[in-house]
Amino acid sequence: MSGIEARFKGAFGGFNLDVAFSAPATGITGLFGPSGSGKTSVLRCLAGLSRVREGHLRADGAVWQDADQFLPPHKRAIGYVFQEPRLFSHLSVLGNLHYGLRRAKTHAPTHRIELEPVIDLMGIRNLLQRSPAALSGGERQRIAIGRALLSQPRVLLMDEPLSALDRQSRNEILPYLESLPAALSIPIIYVSHDLTEIERLASHLVLMREGRVLAAGPLAQLLTDLSLPLARLPEAATVLDLTVQSHDARYDISQCRLDGLPFFVPGRLGAPGALRRVRVRASDVSLITHAPGGSSVLNILPARILSSHPASPSQMLVLLNLSGGGETRLLSSITRKSWDALALRPGMDLFAQIKGMAMTSG
Amino acid sequence: MWQAISLTLQLATLTTLILLLFGVPLGWWLARSRSLMVEPVAALVALPVVLPPTVLGFYLLVAMGPNGPFAPLLQAFGLRTLAFSFEGLLIGSVIYSLPFMAQPVRTAFQSIGEAPLEAAATLRASPIDGFFSVAVPMARGGILSGAILSFAHTIGEFGVVLMIGGNIPGETKTLSISIFDAVETMQWGAAHALSAGMLVFAFVVILITMLIARRTGTPQP
Repeated sequence: MSGIEARFKGAFGGFNLDVAFSAPATGITGLFGPSGSGKTSVLRCLAGLSRVREGHLRADGAVWQDADQFLPPHKRAIGYVFQEPRLFSHLSVLGNLHYGLRRAKTHAPTHRIELEPVIDLMGIRNLLQRSPAALSGGERQRIAIGRALLSQPRVLLMDEPLSALDRQSRNEILPYLESLPAALSIPIIYVSHDLTEIERLASHLVLMREGRVLAAGPLAQLLTDLSLPLARLPEAATVLDLTVQSHDARYDISQCRLDGLPFFVPGRLGAPGALRRVRVRASDVSLITHAPGGSSVLNILPARILSSHPASPSQMLVLLNLSGGGETRLLSSITRKSWDALALRPGMDLFAQIKGMAMTSG
Repeated sequence: MWQAISLTLQLATLTTLILLLFGVPLGWWLARSRSLMVEPVAALVALPVVLPPTVLGFYLLVAMGPNGPFAPLLQAFGLRTLAFSFEGLLIGSVIYSLPFMAQPVRTAFQSIGEAPLEAAATLRASPIDGFFSVAVPMARGGILSGAILSFAHTIGEFGVVLMIGGNIPGETKTLSISIFDAVETMQWGAAHALSAGMLVFAFVVILITMLIARRTGTPQP
């Protein structure tokens, strides 16, 4: 099990690429940035489909590219999901799935990704004999993902696999993508310009801008970094990975836990022990200096102010650390008038009132 | 007459097989290479389309003759000349029909584009593997059209055959020459039979290639 270390530098079509980043050995690393920031170029360099003047790449415990060598794409143990499915029109769905499976080098048989489980995971059993031309966009993309998985990748590269699809097909595929990190212990690089997709799937983030890496690190850390553009977006939010504890059927509310602190989320989130990601918008978090006697807000948690940033003449963005003994951070957006009226300052202990929380998986 | 038909079919079959062997890789190269030589080579290959067959035949006759540039090579095989022989006719046919193979194949490979081949590479297919397992099957419509057109074109050629093959029964006397002969010697019945046969054959061939083009979505040549 090994992560990815990458550095690419050189002219790429019309613009200059100059990136260096690493990705952890497991989980999804989001490659996020506006269109034209070089995300797809980076992915193509990782796959060996494109080559820049200066490149260093270590993946799967080996050097794939450096000053002296360049491993061609067909010799890299990658799975690549393109923006469009790129299925082979002369083969049936099953023929497409077999294409990579047949050519894959078998690693330890215990880690082999078998045909049957992938067919079930992607829900494509009734499509196997069909021609790709006769399928919907969502079905085709599911087969493209299955085909990539069956090529026994040691690194999975996905280039906006949902961008060409309608909302319904997206919602059809997202649960499959969410289940991938648990099913595969390999690095997954996921390119997207859609922050909600990244918030839902990624555990790690590489932020790109104009061919460069703006920042890289754990998702929650980057979302709450006041010096980065993400926290300054009007829809700024952070994500919390909650552990489900119990469900109260009388009120249809789930009790969860994070850092020893209790959280209440409406609805049945999952079986006890399940990990669920929720999204908390900065504008849904308000601050009070004393614990309130009675409040209709369910989640009121002790917190400490870490830093602040004036986001606009009227708004103040506040970074909080939940006082549960952990590293969990929260963003709060309040008015500057309140900030001054309450005499708030970094280091102060107070309470964060979370008015709304939404599951990222909607 | 049957001798002429059999000879013509032999010539067309061999020509088509040779063209499949060389024309498909040539079409692939024309479709994918970024070399500056692509368009000059493509123009050279397309020459027989616009050149009078007699011009082509004349140069081939000179080239294959006892004083031509290939004479030393021929002598190594104990031959004095390839002119007025079946082998000479075959070489002439291959060159004359090459554009009818190379063009549709090139167009078909171009219309496939880079995308499926990149996908094949990410699925561990080497470039050669990708050529045979993805490019050729996806271009099969264009390859089939090219083969049928080359075959039909060889059956119908006249000028080149006359120039380099002459009129030797069983060796170089093909169908089109037979028709010419029949008319020259006032055998109208034979000329009618052969011409009508060729007419129907040509119609069927063109119809088949159009149907293939429609089914596989390959652009027509």
